[in-house]
Amino acid sequence: MLVRPKPGILDPQGQAVESSLRHLGFDVADARVGRLVEVQVATDDAAEARAQVERMCEQLLTNPLIETYSIELERV
Amino acid sequence: MTDLPPPLVTVVVFPGSNDDRDAELALRRLGAESVRVWHTDEALPRETAAVVLPGGFSYGDYLRCGAIARFSPIMRAVEAFAAGGGYVLGICNGFQILTEAGLLPGALRPNASLSFVCRDVPLVVERADTPFTSRCEPGRELTIPVKHGDGCWFADDELLAHLERTRQIGLRYAPGGNPNGAVADVAGVLNENGNVFGLMPHPEHAVDPLLGSADGALLLGSLVDAARLSLAAAV
Repeated sequence: MLVRPKPGILDPQGQAVESSLRHLGFDVADARVGRLVEVQVATDDAAEARAQVERMCEQLLTNPLIETYSIELERV
Repeated sequence: MTDLPPPLVTVVVFPGSNDDRDAELALRRLGAESVRVWHTDEALPRETAAVVLPGGFSYGDYLRCGAIARFSPIMRAVEAFAAGGGYVLGICNGFQILTEAGLLPGALRPNASLSFVCRDVPLVVERADTPFTSRCEPGRELTIPVKHGDGCWFADDELLAHLERTRQIGLRYAPGGNPNGAVADVAGVLNENGNVFGLMPHPEHAVDPLLGSADGALLLGSLVDAARLSLAAAV
């Protein structure tokens, strides 16, 4: 799961990273810092895995007021 | 009113809470009985007349502050207590837990400065007609310390406008005194029914002039008064 601060929300961590990148000479317009959560779920069914991970995001891993999420599935 | 036993204010202790003893001490000093209960308890003591969720760093502030503590077994009892009109006060981490639990509106984000702030801040009482502020007058200025890294209260424009309309902003940082970048200088918010309140400043650290301010006693004392009145009403 990729958890991102919603657009328009003050992201001081992103601002600090952007400022550091500029000091290093990188011409960046905007930096946002989110969170990567990796979990293994015990199912072969991609739709079932996605449904489980969505429930995890909604119940615990994100706060819908301030964050959005996207899901990537990978077979291991 | 003095014939009644002191009201019981229950302080919930989560793994990582660290202001629970100060809260208990302050409440006792203000005339309440107070006990601390562990977060794995499934019920509040039966005589509970108010609940305090104290400051600290529950679950190491992992994921988001308060996000994990809200699933502690005791929180179902706290939610039921609040739903029945019981008074619930969240201080700092307790405020974060109440927003994560959906008992209070908004969310608490990292301070705009990214620095931990630990100092006295000037506050203005917006609502004096609540169980948490009744010892104050509207517009009363208070000096109470904050100590947090994630105290930047956030609500989007629509939610903020709604909360202003419904008068759920109970406490603000005085102009120029906002320590964390909170939207609209919000330091404390109420739920819709006015029986749940959360704030970032620590009233339990300001109950004696020796501590630099006794203004926190006005807030905790209001809660003790309200708890006492609820006992009297139940008799």
